[in-house]
Amino acid sequence: MRGVEGLHGAIRRFFDSDLWYSFTRSKVTVLAALVTLAFILAAIFAPLIAPHDPFDPASLDLMDAFTPPAWYPEGTTEFLLGTDDQGRDLLSTILYGSRISLFVGFASMLFAMVVGVSLGLISGYIGGPIDAVLMRIADVQISFPAILIAMLVDGVARGILPTQRHEALAIWVMVFSIGISNWVHFARTVRGSTMVEKNKEYVQAARVIGRSRPTIMFQHILPNVMGPVLVIATIGLAVAILTEATLSYLGVGVPPTKPSLGTLIRIGQSFLFAGEWWIVIFPGAALATLVLAVNLLGDWLRDALNPKLR
Amino acid sequence: MIALIIRRLFQSFVVMLAVALVAFSLFRYVGDPVSQMVGQETSIADRERLREELGLNDPIIVQFSRFVLNSLQGKFGISFRLGRPVKELIAERLPATLELSLVAALFSLAVGIPMGVYTGLYPHRYLSKFFQAISLIGISLPTFLIGILLILIFGVILGWLPTFGRGEVVKLGWWSTGLLTVSGWKAIIMPAFTLGMFQLTLIMRLVRSEMMEVLRADFIKFARARGLSNRAINFGHALKNTLVPVITITGLQLGSIIAFAIITETVFQWPGMGLLFLQSIQFADIPVMSTYLILIAFFFVLINMIVDILYHIVDPRLRAEGAVV
Repeated sequence: MRGVEGLHGAIRRFFDSDLWYSFTRSKVTVLAALVTLAFILAAIFAPLIAPHDPFDPASLDLMDAFTPPAWYPEGTTEFLLGTDDQGRDLLSTILYGSRISLFVGFASMLFAMVVGVSLGLISGYIGGPIDAVLMRIADVQISFPAILIAMLVDGVARGILPTQRHEALAIWVMVFSIGISNWVHFARTVRGSTMVEKNKEYVQAARVIGRSRPTIMFQHILPNVMGPVLVIATIGLAVAILTEATLSYLGVGVPPTKPSLGTLIRIGQSFLFAGEWWIVIFPGAALATLVLAVNLLGDWLRDALNPKLR
Repeated sequence: MIALIIRRLFQSFVVMLAVALVAFSLFRYVGDPVSQMVGQETSIADRERLREELGLNDPIIVQFSRFVLNSLQGKFGISFRLGRPVKELIAERLPATLELSLVAALFSLAVGIPMGVYTGLYPHRYLSKFFQAISLIGISLPTFLIGILLILIFGVILGWLPTFGRGEVVKLGWWSTGLLTVSGWKAIIMPAFTLGMFQLTLIMRLVRSEMMEVLRADFIKFARARGLSNRAINFGHALKNTLVPVITITGLQLGSIIAFAIITETVFQWPGMGLLFLQSIQFADIPVMSTYLILIAFFFVLINMIVDILYHIVDPRLRAEGAVV
């Protein structure tokens, strides 16, 4: 019973909070949240709402290839946004593609967050040589662009793993390489806030009653440094989606058998010159809308959680 | 000051050594260099001989020192994929990448600073809101998508600009330049714009926030009280004070422009280092990958060091602390 009441209380507190108020005040933010939500739902339920299954070779017909969007005279309503070079329905491939893009984006962002927050807490709370070493590594890594690091990790994975195994693991390789290239932002921010928090009275009190170090770090300090982490996570999600799209566009990302939005754009670019613009423009527009929406959410969250920055 | 330079030099040395170690481990442990170089039908004895010739049986420390010494002399080995010395490949492609990066950097500065100043001075005008919207799009649109859109509009539909390559190049010794021919300039417009777009939005946002910050400062109020003209205040006092962080960030960004060139070069099939690096990743061509890594790290370390030292020269406050640190 108490749990249910606690949940009700939490929900009520959430709707009474400043955060919810500032959210409803900004129309752009509400729109961005709706768009993001729509993308997430569309990605989850892609198998149910997609008009065709683009991964079922039996349903493909090469005669359908290069059908233009429905409003063209040659287009049909069967393929609303037209088809690609293999006769796959573009709307369906975009839905399935967003699924992979969002999955890699979320998973790699979570990975970066777990690694970054843990190392940041350890670095900030324990300090000393561990802190020095971790922060030097962070300094060196952050002076290189994340995408370069992600590419290198991916390239190494390609060298180590045999081709078939790499195909099967490609998505996880991507998650790892994008995640590992983005942990530094989390670690630095958490380290900074932890160093402030650890001198506060509640931490001293926890120490006095004999709480262990990990408990203090993860149960007492962590909830108090989560605010900025949320902001970085939202912006990090946009960055991760972009990085995945870029790597896939460059042809070092997920295999073409499981196309993400970036892969679709890569495939489409070769047909641009022949006038089949829709193969590249629709996935591109989907990607840009998604990233823009997540970025807007991140911007809002940053302003809402930190009034000083406004 | 000298202490600072020595310390920075030492740090750079350590970073380069670490990068060299990563590059060496790539070279040595990722894949088998021998089986990459020879065909399926090569006998085991031949492989063993090649292994001995390449020195792959020596102790690791010896191999690593040899790797570092060779790298210092520019001997980076032979590309698995193309069978040519990596040094030659890089030298061929370095000018293309550097020219593209430089033009892109100048473009982003020349456009980004005025846009930032304007939006900082008049944050509520419609044009400022328009610039702000553009900058958000510039951050959200992936680089490659901007490139593809440009190709579609100016290359395919309008047919004004070439969609790939460098155009005609002129040889100046070993350096090949596309900046001396009309077709070279035409070819560089779209790639440079694409590459510079992200930096442009970054510079614009930075100048804007710095300007807004500085304009609130006391010395600006004092300058207004003294009756100085708006022009003198905005450009003589405010802009000058925003430029230090702008120079720093731009300097640091120069390195990432070179790295981001990988994407732009792929979109426009620009024959630079980035394209070479990308192809080497796809084929796990380790010598090229590790050389590119060392080279990029060298650029980064060099730029970081120069910017750091410049920063100390430009900003007297840091110099005072520098004596202590």
